[in-house]
Amino acid sequence: MGEVIIRMEGIDKAFAGVPALKKAKLELKTGEVHALMGENGAGKSTLMKILTGIYSKDAGQIFYEGKEVEYKNPREAQEAGIIIVHQELNMMTHLTVAQNLFIGRESMNGKLINDRKMNKDAAEIFKRLNIDIDPAAVIGTLTVGRQQMVEIAKAISSKAKVIVFDEPTAALTETEINELFKIIRDLRDQGIGIIYISHRMDEIKQITDRVTVMRDGEYVGTLITEECTKSDIINMMVGRVIYEEPKQFSNVPEDAPVVLSVRNLNAGRMVQNVSFDLKKGEILGFAGLMGAGRTETARAIFGADKKDSGQIFINGKEVTVNSPMDAVKHGIGYLSEDRKRYGIIVEKSVADNSVMACLERYTKKGLINDKSVHKDAEEFVEKLKTKTPSVEQFVMNLSGGNQQKVVIAKWLLCNSEILIFDEPTRGIDVGAKSEIYTLMNELVKQGKSIIMISSELQEVLRMSDRIVVMCEGRKTGELSIEEASQEKIMHLATLRE
Amino acid sequence: MKKVNPLSLQKLVAIAALVVIYLFFFAMSPAFRSGNTLVSIFDASYYIGFMAIGVTFVIITGGIDLSIGTVLICTALIGGTLYDKGLPLWLCLIAIVACGALFGLANGFMVAVMKLPAFIATLGTMMVTRGLGSIITKTQSVTFPLRTSPDGWYKNIFRTQGFPGLESGFPTGIILLIVAVILMSIVLTKTRPGRYILALGSNKEATRLSGVNVVKWEMLAYVISGTFAGIAGVAYAANLSTIMPGTGNGFELEAIAGVVIGGTSLAGGMGSVTGTIVGVFIMSVLKTGLPFIDLQPHYQMFITGIVLIVAVYIDVRNRNRRRA
Repeated sequence: MGEVIIRMEGIDKAFAGVPALKKAKLELKTGEVHALMGENGAGKSTLMKILTGIYSKDAGQIFYEGKEVEYKNPREAQEAGIIIVHQELNMMTHLTVAQNLFIGRESMNGKLINDRKMNKDAAEIFKRLNIDIDPAAVIGTLTVGRQQMVEIAKAISSKAKVIVFDEPTAALTETEINELFKIIRDLRDQGIGIIYISHRMDEIKQITDRVTVMRDGEYVGTLITEECTKSDIINMMVGRVIYEEPKQFSNVPEDAPVVLSVRNLNAGRMVQNVSFDLKKGEILGFAGLMGAGRTETARAIFGADKKDSGQIFINGKEVTVNSPMDAVKHGIGYLSEDRKRYGIIVEKSVADNSVMACLERYTKKGLINDKSVHKDAEEFVEKLKTKTPSVEQFVMNLSGGNQQKVVIAKWLLCNSEILIFDEPTRGIDVGAKSEIYTLMNELVKQGKSIIMISSELQEVLRMSDRIVVMCEGRKTGELSIEEASQEKIMHLATLRE
Repeated sequence: MKKVNPLSLQKLVAIAALVVIYLFFFAMSPAFRSGNTLVSIFDASYYIGFMAIGVTFVIITGGIDLSIGTVLICTALIGGTLYDKGLPLWLCLIAIVACGALFGLANGFMVAVMKLPAFIATLGTMMVTRGLGSIITKTQSVTFPLRTSPDGWYKNIFRTQGFPGLESGFPTGIILLIVAVILMSIVLTKTRPGRYILALGSNKEATRLSGVNVVKWEMLAYVISGTFAGIAGVAYAANLSTIMPGTGNGFELEAIAGVVIGGTSLAGGMGSVTGTIVGVFIMSVLKTGLPFIDLQPHYQMFITGIVLIVAVYIDVRNRNRRRA
């Protein structure tokens, strides 16, 4: 580790009056890999967006190489040598690798673009990084991992002194992760300062030198990675004991009836021969890494995507579910992981969204009875404790947790007996999270049955009565809550063929 | 948090523009103040008005229907040809509307089932119907019965002959237009098809995953559009009597301009039939009024274009401010 290259102090930032950062700070040295950790909504991304000129700060100071700086846009930060590699890739999929690499700063031959020189320069960068990518290949044909390498190459090619990685491994395979770590170590050894955002504790221990932890927009502390344990970091992240202990035993009686059976379900590459049973009043956890095929399985059951083969039984009777319409008819409700795209209509009111799946119940002689729509929507706002000024409010003005409750209301209003929660607490703040948990527990107590897909192991262990683990489109195991542990789940989740 | 109704502001602007433009002509020209002028304004509103009501539904789905102008002409030509062949007039008029619905169904099938981009599908239908009109009539114009002939009764659907105090006759068509506006307004805001069309225009996938048959309702929007293009064809025939194949170009754009001025978003998800009709009236007041202040009617296009840009700019600015 060398000298301090970046110092951020007393950074404040609020969005529409809601503080996202309160006196946040961060110090980065040259030649170090510095982890930035915290739960969703802790303010990591906001802090990095301020550093790289995407957002402006409300208060505070940023020192870069000893001088106070303030970047008005990402370009200024880039030119100064501060680069961010985003979680979502920003690629022009139809252009070649080299064209993407040099976008905005093409090599010119007079007025014409010199593709040959760009390909040569790109090849040189890849050689320096020790990765094998054809600069002339169309980028859309590469795997996500490879594309990420290009993104990193882009950062390096513009003479970066500071590189921010925002959850770089989320979509990578193990080999690719190892490749990435090698590159990161090389960069570090060249004296580049690296900020590394990740939720994966093992990676933090493996690759980083120091850890800064944030919570609720505030700085909590900085530790030297070697000298601390995983639980030290977790305690700092959580602050209060918010995660309850894992469930000790299942609440579902042995002889509870099976409400949903799936047999040999196949749907594309991501769902291969999946079979399982869901009992009445049960929360069945679906664990696995990203890309394990859990969402795809749920979507196939719900009829959102085509099935290749397989049988679905509801209460012992075989049913055909070829569309969400069929699924709703059979009492299945699906709460998508991507609420804004698939769950709700943000430019419509709470009331409109709540009755979207069962509007026919409110229609008499062809006309919608808005009064009874409002009455029922209000009833569920009250029941689920949804925070909204009125049911006329547009859903886009609600927080993530309250939007989720509107989706839940939608399925409860049409009497769904089987609810598929896909990442129910993603993007929801800590307080609202436990409200959603309480709600799910109440629902099963009322006799509903829940499939819960979650990538957070704590969530799986806290909520599930039984756990199905998937890996690369296959079911790799099933654990009762009594025998389940983080280690066992992770073992099954990485059980590749 | 106060609820902002994004529709109302632009609609208010449109209504204000209509009033201002009308009062302007009212002040500038004494001749404009007559009841007969009002009837001319109404006359100029019918065919664009009916088209605009229909295409509002398509635009709310986030789609577009470019074929309505040529569908109007094509269906009227079909009706006229059938009349020539000796079919009773009432059947011909029904055939016009039915053909419009069929073309709409074809558009809807291509967009909702075959998943063609709406722009391309309806551009194709536009060309097909333009050609079809010429093929059926062998490029000859068709003539609907004149007011004096025994079959001239149909003209009374849109304007009676003579009326106390109105030498040009009573504009019965305005009643039809108002009834259509009220009816389709109720369909849009108070029935399931309308609610689903609004919903799928905002977020089709979320609507589908709520168990709604989005294919059916998206198709219905195009059927509504085509049907109203057919009704517009009847109005057009009643107004002109003689219809030439190959005409009708640009009608669709006038109708779409009316829809957009009235506050319906081209991005889909929101809009209103009442706004649309205000937009249409702005255009027909201009069309009728300009000659009274010694400007040629083609200034109407020029001014409509400016109104369109200003109205949409106000909407866009308002929306950006809400987002910030």
